[in-house]
Parts: sequence; structure tokens; C-alpha cells
Amino acid sequence: MFRKIAISAVSALVLGAGSVMAAGVAGHTEDVAFSWEGPFGTYDEHQMQRGLQVFTESCAACHGLKFVPIRSLADEGGPNLPDDQVRAYAAQFDIFDAELDDTRPRKPTDMFPVSGLSNAPDLSLMAKARAGFHGPAGTGITQLFKGIGGPEYIYSILTGYTGEEKEEVGTTFYANTAFPGGWIAMAPPLSDGLVEYADGHDNSKHHIAQDAAAFLMWAAEPKMMARKQAGFTAVIFLTVLSVLLYLTNKKIWSTVKGPKRKDA
Amino acid sequence: MAGIPHDHYEPKTGAEKWLHKRLPIVGLLYDTLMIPTPKNLNWMWIWGIVLTFCLVMQIATGIVLAMHYTPHVDMAFASVEHIMRNVNGGHMLRYLHQNGGSLFFVAVYLHIFRGLYYGSYKAPREVTWIIGMLIYLAMMATAFMGYVLPWGQMSFWGATVITGLFGAIPGVGESIQTWLLGGPAVDNATLNRFFSLHYLLPFVIVALVAIHIWAFHTTGNSNPTGVEVRRASKAEAQKDTLPFWPYFVMKDLFALAVILVVFFAIVGFMPNYLGHPDNYIEANPLVTPSHIVPEWYFLPFYAILRAFTADVWVVQLVQFVTFGIVDAKFFGVLAMFGAIAVMALAPWLDTSSVRSGRYRPMFKMWFYLLCIDFMVLMWVGARPAEFPYDWISLIASAYWFAYFLVILPLLGVIEKPEAPPATIEEDFKSHYADPAE
Repeated sequence: MFRKIAISAVSALVLGAGSVMAAGVAGHTEDVAFSWEGPFGTYDEHQMQRGLQVFTESCAACHGLKFVPIRSLADEGGPNLPDDQVRAYAAQFDIFDAELDDTRPRKPTDMFPVSGLSNAPDLSLMAKARAGFHGPAGTGITQLFKGIGGPEYIYSILTGYTGEEKEEVGTTFYANTAFPGGWIAMAPPLSDGLVEYADGHDNSKHHIAQDAAAFLMWAAEPKMMARKQAGFTAVIFLTVLSVLLYLTNKKIWSTVKGPKRKDA
Repeated sequence: MAGIPHDHYEPKTGAEKWLHKRLPIVGLLYDTLMIPTPKNLNWMWIWGIVLTFCLVMQIATGIVLAMHYTPHVDMAFASVEHIMRNVNGGHMLRYLHQNGGSLFFVAVYLHIFRGLYYGSYKAPREVTWIIGMLIYLAMMATAFMGYVLPWGQMSFWGATVITGLFGAIPGVGESIQTWLLGGPAVDNATLNRFFSLHYLLPFVIVALVAIHIWAFHTTGNSNPTGVEVRRASKAEAQKDTLPFWPYFVMKDLFALAVILVVFFAIVGFMPNYLGHPDNYIEANPLVTPSHIVPEWYFLPFYAILRAFTADVWVVQLVQFVTFGIVDAKFFGVLAMFGAIAVMALAPWLDTSSVRSGRYRPMFKMWFYLLCIDFMVLMWVGARPAEFPYDWISLIASAYWFAYFLVILPLLGVIEKPEAPPATIEEDFKSHYADPAE
């Protein structure tokens, strides 16, 4: 029996391994212990709110979140902002309304704006669209323990600038230890004390970067808390069902099948 | 071959008799559910139920997902995000459907390898085996087209690479490729027809599954000893078998529940582990991902496809002999489909007089090597096509073909198998004490 379990465990690992991308010149991704990791991990509401502030004050200058409805800022299991704050937040951004044939302030039912800069990628799904961990030997087995590494990748990009610059065909590139290839077109967006948190939380560059990565993880996977809860419900109920079915099965077979012979 | 003798449905009440005379549907259900099943079936005989469950789950979740999905290149990706964010329970449905595909393939591979080990494919079950292979092909087609629907980068580029395989067919290839895509490249027409076929094919699979079950209900189940159920009389058959209900239904349901615990843990806690991050980037025909990798369940055959490059002497020889009609690209395509074809031909390639691998000492070793080979192919399928992975995939591909084309036929001649038990009853009694004792 144990051998069978061991074999299935190894097979599962190899199966998972196949799905992982073999990175070319992969950058280095720093592992960050985020609050939502593991089956019991949850989003930290306050970190989400700080991350929203970093996104709005820094990232949003160039990047959009076109798949994220602004009203979801009020969702439980996310930033959980009060409705009036969400309305006020939405109203900061104008949108063209075809019915009015004019621009108007956004409503919570509208989406976040799209990227303002054509070569700045939309960040709605960035935390799920990058893998931070690939090893060992490209098998991706580490992802079982550390997670896929999307938010860690974002954090590592934000903090991975070495300060070196180079100019190519009129574009400045910045050396970044996390970016594949090592040179990124985005200027270093964060610095110590860049944002002032209302709750007085540490605003050193590394903390700001973590908050931004956390907010973007929520933006990419807003239903994570509901999903984990459903997972727990399903696992617990199915475990109970398994036990009941095991006992039923044993009882049914007891008249035709005795204990296993030792010599067999 | 006559079926295993057993009690049949007898209508008793007036209403039952009335219906039975016009449509013997209750009788059909009764006979299906009460079919005599070899009582020594082990835990590798549970995958059929898991597969049936997967099929039903994929159809049920898929139908609801289709209510919210938009098959248009400008809206497909956004509509999936709409499902993930705005549809009630949509994220759960989508992750169930996405990971359900993986469970489906885990189960089908274990089901196939069980058949290969215990010789389930051998006479008189060749038709069951062939139908099974057709189901597997239909599953691959369905999964491939389903993966295109979210319209992410891997959807788009996977579709481009795989439909490109048909372009490798000499002469008519390009026309076939255009016909498949509905245009010169993967575009809106492709997405629309893939959506349509992705909805259609599961129902074809339902029909094939019904025939698959019909076929093995005609021959009776195979079993770990490979010894046939005695069927001279009902009394004899009853010594070797137990009715499917309740003995095997309960056993299968228990196994299914345990497997679903693991499945729901994956869906609940790590639903993207088996997926690919690039598919969360919207399809962009102008940007090619650095590595185009299919889903894990295609990797072994993808590895075989890529293994035969122009510098392999076999490929060069074939190219020379066919006056260049079969070039390296087409050779790879033939090898990939050939890898499945040789598996389908196993009933005729296996020459051994003993059915079950349990009594075949040499066969066992080669079979375990085949399992490892399959895992190795899966691993190299995701690696870049460069040294040493090109060599590993070539050797592993060669073994796949050697197993079916050389080892299976030869083993029947050179191997001296052990004697299987005379009856299933004997095997069962040697393993388990009599509860009456």
C-alpha cells in the first residue's frame, strides 16, 4: 500500500512538472512569505488597501486594470472598502460614455482604466501570468511548496533594480535582476517613502513593493477566499463520505471476502 | 461468445409487463447493473467509474460555462474573466472544468496502462480496446480545442503549432490546414469552429462510451488473473463472480470519493498548478511565447513529435527512400500518430498465450520500463529541444515503438510464463480467507 502511495505521489510530481515553462534567461525571483500562501492563507485587508494606494499613486500612471470592476474593491475577501469610498474612488477617473457622447466620472460598476502607456502591460492578471519558480531542473516541483510565484515575481521586479542604465535606439533600459534578459524598459517606479500610508505602516521600498504585489494578486484572483472556503467544505464533506463508503463497502463484502491470507 | 449466464429481469406487476412488452428498458438497466463481475477485481479496476464521472462533470460544468462564454477573438478572453469575476460561482465552475480535464487524463492513462499490464486488450476484448482508443483520440481532440477557447497566448500558439502539423502532410497539407482553420491563420473562424466542436465531441464520446461498455459487457470484464469466468452454467459462473450492484458500485464509489478529496484540494488550493501562466496573457498574434508547451497530458506525444529531427539517420533514410516526400516534419507527425496507432494494435502485436502480466516475469520488467519511459517523455516534452533533451527524447521515443513492435511480439515466443490459477475462484480463495471459516 505504501509503495502504491509513493508511486502515485511521484507520478503526481512528474505530472505537475510537465506544465511548467522552461525559462530562457530567467531572472532571479525572491521568495516572499505572503499572507495568502497555503490552504489556510488569507488576503490581508489592510495590505490590500495599502496596495491599492501604491497602485493608484504610482503604477496607475502607466498601467491599467481593464478586467477589474471598481465595485469589487468593496468585496469581502478583498480590500473591503466602504461603498462611499468606492464611489469616491471611481469618480477620480473619467470615462467616455457612448450614450452621453461625452466623458463622465466613472461609477463603481465601471472597470478600472486601461493602460495609459501603450507599452505598459495591463496588470489585471499579471500575478497569475508570470511564474517565479521553475526548479529543480525545470520540473516546477518547487511550485508545490512555494506557489507559482507570480506576486513574488512582481515584488522582485519592483525591487530588483541595480541602478545601471543603458541606452538603445533612443530607449533607456534599466538593469533588473528579476527581469528575463536582465534589462527592462520600465524606470524604477518605487523608492523609500514614495507613498505615505494613513495607518503609519512602514513605507520603505520593500514594504511598498510587497503591498503592490499583494494588491495585484487580489486583482488577478479576487475570489481566492471563496475558492479556498469551497475547497475546505468539499474536502471535509468528501472525507466524511469516503469514510462512510469505506464502512459500507467493507460491510457488503464481509459475507463474501474474509481477511487477506498472510501467505498470499 | 455467449455472455456470462445470470438471472435476467422478470416483469412482475401488470404495469411492468405492459412496459416490458413495448420497451424493455428496465430489463436493460437491470441487466447492466446486475452484470456478473469477476470477484477478484483489484483497485486498478476503478478508473472506469472515475472516467464516467469526469465525462459527466465536464459536460455539466461546460454547459453552464458556455452560457457565459463568448467565442469571438475580441471578447473570448474578457468573457472568461467575466466568468471568473462576475458570474456567481463562475470561478469554481471554471476551475472545476479546467482541472477536470487533468483528472480525466490522469484516469484515462491509468486505465490504459492497467489494460496494458493485465492484457485486457487481448482476445476477445479487441473491440473494447479499439473503441477505448477512439475515445482517447476524441478526448485529446476535445481537450485541445477546449484549451484554445480562453484565447490566451498558449491557446493561440498551441493551436497554431498543432494545426501546423496537418500542414506537414505532403501535397494536400496546406489545403487541409486552411480548411481546419477556416482561413490562412488561427483567427475568429478557428475559434468559432473549435467552440462548436468542443461542444459536440463530448456527446460523441458519450456514444462511444456506451459502445465501450456494451462491448465489455458482452465479453465480460477482464480481471487481474486474465483467466476467463467459467460460463458453462449459472452455478459455475456464480463461483467466479459477484453482481456489479452492490459489490462493485460501492467499491467504485468509495474509490471515487477518495480521488475527489484530492481533486477538490487541488481545485480549492492550487487550481493553476497544472496550467500555464502564459495563458493568462491575452492572445497576441504578433508576440510568440519563448516556449510553446502543450498541456501536461499531451507532453509524451509532443516529445515524440519533436524527437525525430532532420539529423536522425532513420529520418534521413526515410526521406531518401520516399524521394523526399516524407521530410523530418512529416516524419514527426507520423511518429506521433504512430505512437498511438501501435498502442491500438497491441491486441495483435502481443503474441503471448498468457493474458495477465502478473504471470509473465520478463514482460513485467519491460512493462515497468514502459511506464518510466512514458514519464520521461512527459518530462522532456516540456524541455527545450536542445542537448541533452533531444537525445533523451529520441531514446525514449525509440523505446515506446520498440516495446510494441519488437518486445511484445518477441516475448510471446521467448518468455516462459508462470501458470495462472485454473479459476478465478481459486485465485480469490488463495488471497482471502473464507468468511464462513
